[in-house]
Amino acid sequence: MEKLYIEGSAKTPSVSFDGESGVLEMRGRSIPENSIEFFQPLIDWVDTYGSTPNPATRVDMKLEYFNTSSSKCILDLFKRLEKINSNDSQVLINWYYETDDEDMEEAGEDYAAIVGLDFKILEIDEI
Amino acid sequence: MALTDVYNYYRRMEDEQVILSFKGEFSAELLTSILHIMESKMIELSIPMQMKKRVFNVLVECFQNLYHHIETSPMEGTLDPSKDSALVMVKYIDRKIMVLTGNYIPKGSIDDLKRKLVMVNELDEKELRELYQQRLLNNSVSHKGTAGLGIIDIARKSKNELGYEFIEVNDDYSFFCLSIVIE
Repeated sequence: MEKLYIEGSAKTPSVSFDGESGVLEMRGRSIPENSIEFFQPLIDWVDTYGSTPNPATRVDMKLEYFNTSSSKCILDLFKRLEKINSNDSQVLINWYYETDDEDMEEAGEDYAAIVGLDFKILEIDEI
Repeated sequence: MALTDVYNYYRRMEDEQVILSFKGEFSAELLTSILHIMESKMIELSIPMQMKKRVFNVLVECFQNLYHHIETSPMEGTLDPSKDSALVMVKYIDRKIMVLTGNYIPKGSIDDLKRKLVMVNELDEKELRELYQQRLLNNSVSHKGTAGLGIIDIARKSKNELGYEFIEVNDDYSFFCLSIVIE
């Protein structure tokens, strides 16, 4: 399956979804005006990936900060991954936050509380 | 305005410790520029990372509220062009950042907005977090991608009561002023 690669911009994170290795990474800030437009290709990709997923899927979320409309789309993305998790792949979310960024740490905990996936909340020096 | 008023205007902004001010039409490009300017200002002021991110978050939500609101104005096309613009101001006082916004809103929208503001001001941090989670799960995203979470997020990032005022302008419109303190 084709890799999804999107370069980051001032308002959107970089995206690197690799179906072969099962590693999906998002990095940077996510504050687009139209979050649905940005996230739709990611959600579509995950849906296609879901038909023949890698036995292990690792999602690395390395977000600096995001707007509220992205927060809804991130939830949608996790919901799609939930479906894959119940079938053929073990999905793990690595949620990274920068040292002392308690808001981003809380955001990870919030998703972990409302999404039925394994979460690791991990502190790093810099995203 | 007399030319000497330029000095008065400058002094006033200086005294009020205004570090950024913009009046005009809001656009996506403007947000990018303002975030860029604020980024370098906050580096100059040695503002800690967490506070910096909170300021960005608040500015983004304010802008996107204003931007979407103005775009979806039911009176579109019939408005005086000056009513399509808004004001955003950032002050730096006692190591705190204050974001002030001002924009026209149709009187019919006041009750709903006021209700939201009263509600978030009454909730503590834990309650705001719970409300956010609940809204995240239940709200559907409108076609413009606004999830109705903006004010809750602003209140969570501010950790202070939100200041607001509605000033009557005419039969149809009021001017909505919002102040958000971030420490």
